[in-house]
Amino acid sequence: MNPSDVEKLAHLARLEISDDTIAEVSKSVSEVIKLVDQLQAASTEGVEPMAHPQDALQILRSDEVTEGNVRDAFQAIAPATEDGLYLVPKVID
Amino acid sequence: MHKLSIAELSRNLKNKVFSSVEATRHFLERSKKLNPEFNAYITLTEEQALAEAAEADKRLAAGDDNVLCGVPIAHKDIFCTNGVRTSCGSRMLDNFIPPYDATVVANYRAAGAVMLGKTNMDEFAMGSSNETSWYGKVRNPWAPNCVPGGSSGGSAAVVAAMMAPGATATDTGGSIRQPAALCGITGLKPTYGRVSRWGMIAFASSLDQGGVMARSAEDAAILLNAMASYDSKDSTCINEPVPDYTATLHNKLEGLRIGLPEEYFGEGLHPEIQAAVEDAIKILEKRGASIKKISLPHSHLAVPAYYVIAPAECSANLSRFDGVRYGHRCEDPKDLMDLFKRSRGEGFGEEVKRRILVGTYALSAGYYDAYYRKAQQVRRLIKQDFDEAFNDVDVILGPTAPTPAFEFGAKGNDPVAMYLEDIYTIATNLAGLPGMSIPCGLVDNKPVGLQLIGQAWDEARLLNVANEFQHHSDFHTWTPGGLA
Repeated sequence: MNPSDVEKLAHLARLEISDDTIAEVSKSVSEVIKLVDQLQAASTEGVEPMAHPQDALQILRSDEVTEGNVRDAFQAIAPATEDGLYLVPKVID
Repeated sequence: MHKLSIAELSRNLKNKVFSSVEATRHFLERSKKLNPEFNAYITLTEEQALAEAAEADKRLAAGDDNVLCGVPIAHKDIFCTNGVRTSCGSRMLDNFIPPYDATVVANYRAAGAVMLGKTNMDEFAMGSSNETSWYGKVRNPWAPNCVPGGSSGGSAAVVAAMMAPGATATDTGGSIRQPAALCGITGLKPTYGRVSRWGMIAFASSLDQGGVMARSAEDAAILLNAMASYDSKDSTCINEPVPDYTATLHNKLEGLRIGLPEEYFGEGLHPEIQAAVEDAIKILEKRGASIKKISLPHSHLAVPAYYVIAPAECSANLSRFDGVRYGHRCEDPKDLMDLFKRSRGEGFGEEVKRRILVGTYALSAGYYDAYYRKAQQVRRLIKQDFDEAFNDVDVILGPTAPTPAFEFGAKGNDPVAMYLEDIYTIATNLAGLPGMSIPCGLVDNKPVGLQLIGQAWDEARLLNVANEFQHHSDFHTWTPGGLA
């Protein structure tokens, strides 16, 4: 894992990593990858992957409105809003 | 008053020996005095606590028989609290004031418990030393130059320093049990699905579980009674009846079969911790328990599997923090990409970024099968080890952590060394099983934790074993020197 690999990952994850820390970050991410590479030695042929510890099925609720409109409460804590919309820098010219 | 257990506080409140306002004021004053030294609370909610206490006093006067009515407790700052800043130990959420309560918080509110404040933690619960908190490190009440463990280090320190009689916490890979061990208190991580995760800020959704910290198994049982509930707002919460966890605390241990996994007593375990755990086993044997050596052969793969699954799930969960809807936003973003990248780059600390990157890598095209799928297969092997073991034993016992509390910075530059701190606790999360840590002695004047692991939904038995142990030993009553 070299600094340019980490830059690519950081872009995928939408994370800014400063130039002066990228070498250190690459090194520590590589160490973690090395740790998890121990998995490759495990024999897992035919083993069903386990996503939920109880192998429970996803529980779905019926498609009914249960909550009132809480837009104002949620937007009160937003960085920037206007007329009930979230503001971000212009995306399309 | 701060030395009283939750059970004793409750009796005194019911008998009008003191009021909830008096008890709450006592813990607030003590916390204000001690917190500058230990940094265990991020926020003390004094005004609100006193208002809640006054409300509880009215309920008590009206004959409310809820055992927690009027009892002050602390919440880990990972649980959303309506109108009270919930930071998750991160700069990202330094300005986040949730407009709702987590189900766990609502459950305690309904029981009449009073919230004293929000406790410090590793950022987004990622860490085993509390050193990754944006709000600074928590000091261990037993050894102020040492870590309290993590990620629920603030909750553990608050309980150990008697700034609160009990606290909520969460455990993704050991974050309740390891700090409980390092701070000499009792901590319980329930079965995955026992406690609602709604409003509990997500780290790794298939592993995260809320739980409790207190100074005894009896108090932990009282706290779990109020915390556990089925919640349709959490799609992974399981609809199992919640027993009264205090009802079986005093069951006799005769005939109890305890398994000792050979993998938990091997290389890397501090010899004096091993000796303390072996002495503790003798106490349980005297109560009629039988001991059997067992094997959990895939134990060595637990940490590697965890460091695929937890980062993968965290990279997905933490994508919601984008600088748009709430939380930190960078100054003067030049375009949307800049807003995302700088808000996240500034808002997250080093360890959180590292795990997001590892998770992104493990989930990226071409690597998914080699990492995430493989880790989930290994996860099943680990679960099967436990299933097999529980054919022959009722509970599994071992050390909680391989070492006592270590000094600040001791593992600072070595993430893998820090990850190995959770070597005995992580497998329990992967298998979704309940686990407990209770104090069983001191090494270098620092507490040692004994871990108990149970079958799914067998919290009552863990609490029973822990309570019987505590009735025939006094480790749990030991308090840090210098803290009257």
